[in-house]
Amino acid sequence: MSQKITSYPGHEITPEDLKASKYLEIIQKVEPKYSWAAGVAISRFLNELKEGRLIGRKCDQCERILVPPRMYCERCYRPTDSWVYVKDTGTVNTYSISHVGTDARRLKSPLLVAVVEIDEASPGMGILHTLSEVEPSRVTIGMKVQAVWKPAEERQGAITDIRYFKPFEGV
Amino acid sequence: MPFKIGIVGVGYAGFDTMTPGLSTRELMFEAASRAYADAGIDPRKDVQSFICCTEDFWEGISITDEYMPDQLGAVLRPLCTVSSDGLVGVATACMHIASGLADVAVVESHSKASDVVNPNEIMSFGFDPVYNRHLDVDPRFLAGLEMTRYLKDSGTKREYCADVAVKNKKNALSNTRGVYGTNLSRETVLASPNAAAPLTELESSKVIDGSIVMVLASAEKAKKLGDHTVWVRGIGWSSDTPVIEDRDLATAAYAEQAAARAYKMADVRAPVSAFDLAEVDDTYSYKELQHLEALKLAAKGKAGRMVDSGSFDRNGKLPVNASGGSLGVGHLLEATGLHRLLEAILQLRGQAGQLQIPGARKAVVQSWRGIPTATGAVAVLGN
Repeated sequence: MSQKITSYPGHEITPEDLKASKYLEIIQKVEPKYSWAAGVAISRFLNELKEGRLIGRKCDQCERILVPPRMYCERCYRPTDSWVYVKDTGTVNTYSISHVGTDARRLKSPLLVAVVEIDEASPGMGILHTLSEVEPSRVTIGMKVQAVWKPAEERQGAITDIRYFKPFEGV
Repeated sequence: MPFKIGIVGVGYAGFDTMTPGLSTRELMFEAASRAYADAGIDPRKDVQSFICCTEDFWEGISITDEYMPDQLGAVLRPLCTVSSDGLVGVATACMHIASGLADVAVVESHSKASDVVNPNEIMSFGFDPVYNRHLDVDPRFLAGLEMTRYLKDSGTKREYCADVAVKNKKNALSNTRGVYGTNLSRETVLASPNAAAPLTELESSKVIDGSIVMVLASAEKAKKLGDHTVWVRGIGWSSDTPVIEDRDLATAAYAEQAAARAYKMADVRAPVSAFDLAEVDDTYSYKELQHLEALKLAAKGKAGRMVDSGSFDRNGKLPVNASGGSLGVGHLLEATGLHRLLEAILQLRGQAGQLQIPGARKAVVQSWRGIPTATGAVAVLGN
C-alpha cells in the first residue's frame, strides 16, 4: 500500500465488545418460490424419462446429438432439427467420491457422483448422476455403465427416475 | 466528436401474461435469433461483447449469468451480466464499443415473471433489512408514499394520474405487443381498488413475460450492418441513495441526473422541443408525470395538466408512451428499459405500424428499476 498513508482506517473489535453485544447481527430469511416453465426440450426429455427412455436432439449442421436435448445448437447457433432416442448405457467421463453431505456431515457411505457420456449421443454429451452397485475403489474413467430405472409406476418425469447408473457388462 | 453508436438490430419474443410453452432460454433464443437476422450478423463470429441484464432473485437461480451463453450464441465468447435495467446494459455496450473493446455488442434482458410464484416476496426483499423490512404490506406502499408527496409538492390534481393510465391503456390497443390495452374512463381508474392509496390497481402496471435483444455497433461497423440503424446520441444513468427516508420522494432525481448527462452528450439544449416522441417509465401512473418533469419535457408541476389537455397523446405535441408503456403493454421487470427503447426504435425506423408517428426522427427513452430502487437511465436517439 502507499507510503503516503500513515494512518489506516480500521476498527478494532475486542472479545469484550462481542460479549457485551456491542455489535449485532440481523437475521433475515427469504422464501422465493418458482414454477419454471420447462419448455419444449426439457418437457419432452422428462416425459420420455417417465417412459424409461432417453431422448436427444440432432443438429444437422454439426451432426451432433445433444443429450439432454436443446432446441438450439449452441455451437452452430441454429435450431436443432430432430428428436433421436439414445441408449441408457454410457461411459464414465469423470467421477468424484463425495464423503460430505450438504449439511457438512460425513456420509456413512460416500456418494459416487459421475458424468456419464451416453451411448449414441455425441462425445462429451451426457448426464450428471450417481453410480451404485460398485465399490468406490473399482470406479474408473472409461467404465461402462447402465441406467437403473425406478419401476414405471414410481417415475415422475424427473432425472431421479433413473435411480443410478451401475456397471454394465453387456456389449 | 459527437457521440454516435448504432443500434443495428432488434428482436423480441413473448409479450404475454404467460409463456408456458417455452423455457426462459428458449424464449431468449427466439428473441436473439430475430435480432441477429435483423442485423445480418452471425453471433458466433461477429460479436465481441454480450451483455445480459438479469437479477438472480427474479430468475430463481444464483449466478444467472452463467446460464446465458448458449441461447445467445455466446459460448466461449466475452459475456457479462449487468444486474440492472436493460438500458444500463445498453450504456455498458456503448462503453465497450466506444473504448474499442468491441465493434459489435449485444444486449439482452427478459422477464419470465410467470415463473415467479411470489413476486412480492422478492420485491420486499429489496427493502432495507433493518429499517424498512418490518412492514408486512404490499411493497407498493413506497409508490403510495412517492405519489402522495409528488401530488403535494407539484400541486398536481390527483385525477391527472388516472389520465396517464387512461392514455397508455388506450394506446396499447393499437400495439400488437399490448397485453393490457383497454378503453377506460378516468372515473373507472379512480374507482378501481386501492393498491397503496392514493395509487389504485389500474394505475399499477402488471408483469408480463418477454425477451428483448439489441445489437449495437460502432459508427463505422453500423454502415455495413442492418438496414435501419438508429443512433444512440447520448446516454446517462444515475442512482440515488437507497435510504428511502432521505430521498426527495416528490421528484425522480435519478432521472434528472441521467437526463442531464444524456442531453449534454447529445447536445440537447431545449428538451421540450427536441424530440418527436418519448418513451418514459410508467410503472405506476404518477411515475410518468414525475419522469416527464425530470426529463424537462414538462415544467415542474405541469406534466399532469399536459396529459389532461392531450399534449402527450399520440397526435399531441409530444407523444409520450405512444406504445402504451408498461401500463398498457405490461411490465417486463429488468427488460422494461429495453422495451421503452424497442418501441422508440420501431418508431424511428418507421416500423411502428398502427402506432406510427409520422416523420419521427428523434426520441428520448427513460427507464426506472422499480421498487424500491432509485436508479434510472436515459438515452437520446436519432435516425
